[in-house]
Amino acid sequence: MGIRERLSGNEAVATALRQINPDVIAAYPITPSTEVVHYFSQYVADGKVDTEFVAVESEHSAMSACIGAAAAGVRTATVTSACGLALMWELLYVASGTRLPLTLLVINRALSGPININNDHSDSMGARDSGWIQIYSENNQEAYDNYIMSLRIGEHKNVRLPVMVCQDGFITSHAVENIELLEDDKVKQFVGTYDPEWSMLSGKPTSVGPYDTPMFYFEHQYQRARAMVDAKNVILDVFKEYGALTGREYGLFEEYKMEDAERAIVVLNSSAGTAKYTCDRLREKGEKVGVIKLRVFRPFPLEELAKALSHVKAVAVMDKADSFSGIGGPVFTDVRHACYELEKRPHIINYIYGLGGRDVREEDFQLVYAALDEVIKSGKTGEIYRHVGVRGV
Amino acid sequence: MAYNLKQECCKPERFVGGHRLCAGCGAGVAVRGVLRALKEEDKSVSGVATSCLEVSSCLFPYTAWQDSFIHSAFENVAATISGAEASYNALKKKGKIDDTYKFIAFAGDGGTYDIGFQALSGAMERGHDMVYVCYDNEAYMNTGIQRSSATPKFAEVATAPVGEVVPGKMQHKKDLTEVLVAHNIPYVAQTTFLTNFKDMHEKAEKAIYTKGPAFLNVLAPCPRGWRYPPEDLMEICKLAVDTCVWPLYEVVEGEWKLTYEPKKKLPIEDYLKLQGRFNHMFAPGAEWMIQELQAFVDKKWDKLLKKCK
Repeated sequence: MGIRERLSGNEAVATALRQINPDVIAAYPITPSTEVVHYFSQYVADGKVDTEFVAVESEHSAMSACIGAAAAGVRTATVTSACGLALMWELLYVASGTRLPLTLLVINRALSGPININNDHSDSMGARDSGWIQIYSENNQEAYDNYIMSLRIGEHKNVRLPVMVCQDGFITSHAVENIELLEDDKVKQFVGTYDPEWSMLSGKPTSVGPYDTPMFYFEHQYQRARAMVDAKNVILDVFKEYGALTGREYGLFEEYKMEDAERAIVVLNSSAGTAKYTCDRLREKGEKVGVIKLRVFRPFPLEELAKALSHVKAVAVMDKADSFSGIGGPVFTDVRHACYELEKRPHIINYIYGLGGRDVREEDFQLVYAALDEVIKSGKTGEIYRHVGVRGV
Repeated sequence: MAYNLKQECCKPERFVGGHRLCAGCGAGVAVRGVLRALKEEDKSVSGVATSCLEVSSCLFPYTAWQDSFIHSAFENVAATISGAEASYNALKKKGKIDDTYKFIAFAGDGGTYDIGFQALSGAMERGHDMVYVCYDNEAYMNTGIQRSSATPKFAEVATAPVGEVVPGKMQHKKDLTEVLVAHNIPYVAQTTFLTNFKDMHEKAEKAIYTKGPAFLNVLAPCPRGWRYPPEDLMEICKLAVDTCVWPLYEVVEGEWKLTYEPKKKLPIEDYLKLQGRFNHMFAPGAEWMIQELQAFVDKKWDKLLKKCK
């Protein structure tokens, strides 16, 4: 029943990569994702995988090589962080627009400038509209499980979209925690063999990436958008199947003490742990507080989230990335949008937090819950675009 | 077997007519000529950088390519093809593929000398079994004739126009072929369309069937950018070679070899005067430009001869 181990988040996903044994990996080093490339290179050197490892000269070429490899009909993966993801930007759209189900491990880190190597979500949040499925991970266990499941999701014939599996740089990528791994054969069995519908090497000449005129481009975009909508049911099916195999069944988001909650915090990745801890302390005092940890951000679980928040009086949405729109962060705008059709809408405010590795503490979440209490008592939402943990505010 | 154009042309075409390239454009001629060097029994994957070639030859749902084809972006064809080659190796290793596939990247000079240079250099250094073919028409033709680092000095282009004080582009052409030689790859060659295409065919054949990375730089004129009548394509290529503006040579495992030496080296005016982009060099008082360009060509030619000895 599983293998008990102690691994960092990076080693956990590297282990998943070893167990999956993809045909091609093209990757480039960048902090804090570099370790994954180190571990994997060692697997190659030790003959533990028979992957073709292409040590490219940039992340732009990493994503380009992955596109070439995936179009040639094989299972393909890469890993990156921050500026590396930014350099891939152009090709992220090409990968999803070409409907190539490759996988990308994002070890979340702040984007420059100024340069900062610590954690926030400005890298993957910026890529939220690139047609990639995005799954976020609270800890090493989730990063490992999410990654194994991601292949089955992206490669499903109703989806055929690339998938990003994100976890927090350093906070979970470098912290060693207990983890339960699956046996190698079980992972291989779960992900199965990749049998694409078309390939440039199938023997039948295949053209990939043609010039798409106004006569066809819109239809192709519609198909990509539709695939993202259809992905939700596939994701739920895969989560269920994985749950039956491991005893760890995940949802689109996790509801923590939400049954009777009047105040809720919506958060993703590692800070969800701190939020839940704070929630527990306040519950001990009899306060009706809860946490929603978003796991699947693309496709966005709109109806499900609205339902989960329908009985709540006030919600604070936490964003570890600003969208510089002047109206709040990316998670906030989507969550607030999700609640628009509710008959009894909760007050919804946004907190930008933890940018560039700023420590996120229990006190920060206490402050947020207290602010929600204030909103409920006054009956006024007040300022919606707020910050926590930043000096001078 | 000795090269025979007629026989080569009896092979099934791999890049067929019906594409939308201009009459008198060198890009299609280069692709057709290079792909002709593939053995009939072999399959191929061609990658094409964003370019006139790409937008004119593979428009959904049509294609002029009879083999597999991929385009993903402008600056990354070398990386894209290196990924496809890695897939082939993975499938071969696992015994999942029997056919022989060859991997060829095509890009214009903008996609090669400039924006695609990093990806090209990386792919060559990594040693993929692939051929990178640059069809060099000496400017960004697809976006409307802007300067690239392959544009020769004094040529008139949209971003280096001839004006009251500036006579066209003010920098000499980058010698990319030599830069590729410095990568110490097994095969590098420079060619163009000459008489019966023997030079290009033999170089393409060597490039494709030499194991490891190979680079082929093909001078491929553009009638719109160079401003010549379509029927002059072959004549211009011949003059590029006979004036030593575009010498034909190859470097095999570091050994330099001249593959064509003009019987009589012609003055560069013979080459320049057929092209509208150099018109201003023939105005009264502009003789210095021709002299400077001639001196540049002569110096490079002498250096090349020494390397090829």
